[in-house]
Amino acid sequence: MRNVRGDFPVLARTVNGHPLVYLDSAATAQKPIQVIEAIARFYREANANVHRGLYALSVEATELYENARKKIAALIGARPEEVIFTRGTTESLNLLAYSLGEARVREGDGILVTVMEHHANLIPWQELARRKGAALSAVRITPDGELDMDDFRRRLSARTAVVAVTHISNVLGTINPIPEISREAHRVGALVVVDAAQSIPHLPVDVRELGCDFLAFSGHKMLGPTGIGVLWGRRELLEEMPPFLTGGEMIREVWIDRATWNDLPYKFEAGTPPIAQAVGLGAAVEYLAGLGMEEVRRHEEELTGLLLEGLKAREYVEIYGPHEPQKRGGVVAFNLRGIHPHDVATLLDQEGIAIRAGHHCAQPLHRLLGVPASCRASVYVYNTPEEIELFLAALDGVWEQLG
Amino acid sequence: MSPYEDLIIDHWRHPRNKGTLPDPDVDVTEANVPCGDVVRLQLKVRNGKVEDVRFDGRGCAISMASASLLTEMLKGKRLEELEKMHQEELLEALGGVIKPRLNCALLPFRTLRKALKALGETGSRVDPPSYR
Repeated sequence: MRNVRGDFPVLARTVNGHPLVYLDSAATAQKPIQVIEAIARFYREANANVHRGLYALSVEATELYENARKKIAALIGARPEEVIFTRGTTESLNLLAYSLGEARVREGDGILVTVMEHHANLIPWQELARRKGAALSAVRITPDGELDMDDFRRRLSARTAVVAVTHISNVLGTINPIPEISREAHRVGALVVVDAAQSIPHLPVDVRELGCDFLAFSGHKMLGPTGIGVLWGRRELLEEMPPFLTGGEMIREVWIDRATWNDLPYKFEAGTPPIAQAVGLGAAVEYLAGLGMEEVRRHEEELTGLLLEGLKAREYVEIYGPHEPQKRGGVVAFNLRGIHPHDVATLLDQEGIAIRAGHHCAQPLHRLLGVPASCRASVYVYNTPEEIELFLAALDGVWEQLG
Repeated sequence: MSPYEDLIIDHWRHPRNKGTLPDPDVDVTEANVPCGDVVRLQLKVRNGKVEDVRFDGRGCAISMASASLLTEMLKGKRLEELEKMHQEELLEALGGVIKPRLNCALLPFRTLRKALKALGETGSRVDPPSYR
């Protein structure tokens, strides 16, 4: 892949006197100038509210907004009317837990999640189960950090209404076999919800190939701005579901005592949407498409391989999740023996290296791993092999100081 | 400033007053849930003074060093003095703490506040303290 670092202004800065080495893209990605400019250009040249204006500027803003939707649909192999703009993955999953929960989940039904879920794909289902009297259960993982598919089959039954699973674990990095999960779930009549926050930014994804029913992801993890995300769903299911947020834009006809709903996707887009953010996300998708998602994946697999090799070579490091880069995304969680992850992160920060330390919004998984927290390094299109070397050398420095 | 002054490393590697007391007058635990840091603090009080103190727990170097240092600051102090103690005193004793880690450094201080409150509520050996 071509060197893209020049496109990312923030990468030129120093932190604590060192060039920034940003290894926290799983939390949020840095933004290329193309995205920053697209947002600024929208505000400078085309800002207006969408869908209602009868004047040229509003028509232009609406076109930009809808073009962004088309770009996202093309990226994931979906139809534009199945692409709903939300505030992010969390809102997409909450929308589902409410609307799909309302339409499809009854008392005594089963909801299946996994122990590796981010809290965003756990708490909404927990709350739904509580409201409806449904039974929530979590699929276990193998010692290698992969989903235990035998356990999945054991827990799956004709009573299972929803299977909610992450495509790539934000801690273990594990890539879950969504096509297989979808096939098995559909066999018993369950619907499949995929948290794709860690996959859409990093590898080619086609919703028809995954075979799932819903897919949620965030703009800010894929080079786009914060405040925008996507929920994709099968048209017939979205039609069947009641709205989540109500108000302007999502209605067709309104009386004092009742209303009818707008067509898809607007039924699920109440209020003025994040227009500039959608335009920015559209630019991010264009940027990624320009690089080629296959290339993005290849680049990250190479860097992940270097990360894993380097960490494995250090006897003071414990790595969580699969050890083969082919089986995981570009996120690696680890611990230094006897050292708290916060101390590791603080000392690396002194060298200008940004990693994450904590439970990464996955407390049940950390309880299972038997650690209160972990360090996490994650890579993206702008990271280089040299940065991995700097990171590994700095880790040795941490070990010298605190080990 | 290095975030890990020699003092912090020293208290982390060689914690003072670590362990448990056989019959403490107060025994409280506080945690920083997001990072899993836990500090348990026990005080033995006589004539309104901290006669003995122990801490136990797990966590990062800063929280553990801070707990160790705090126990040294508590010994022999009158409870009224501790009531008036400000968190800045602990931070200064630690040689300053960088912003992202204030929460770690102050966990033992919050544990102390909890201990003083518990002593006040049971009212056993101290005058009811006043709280802000």
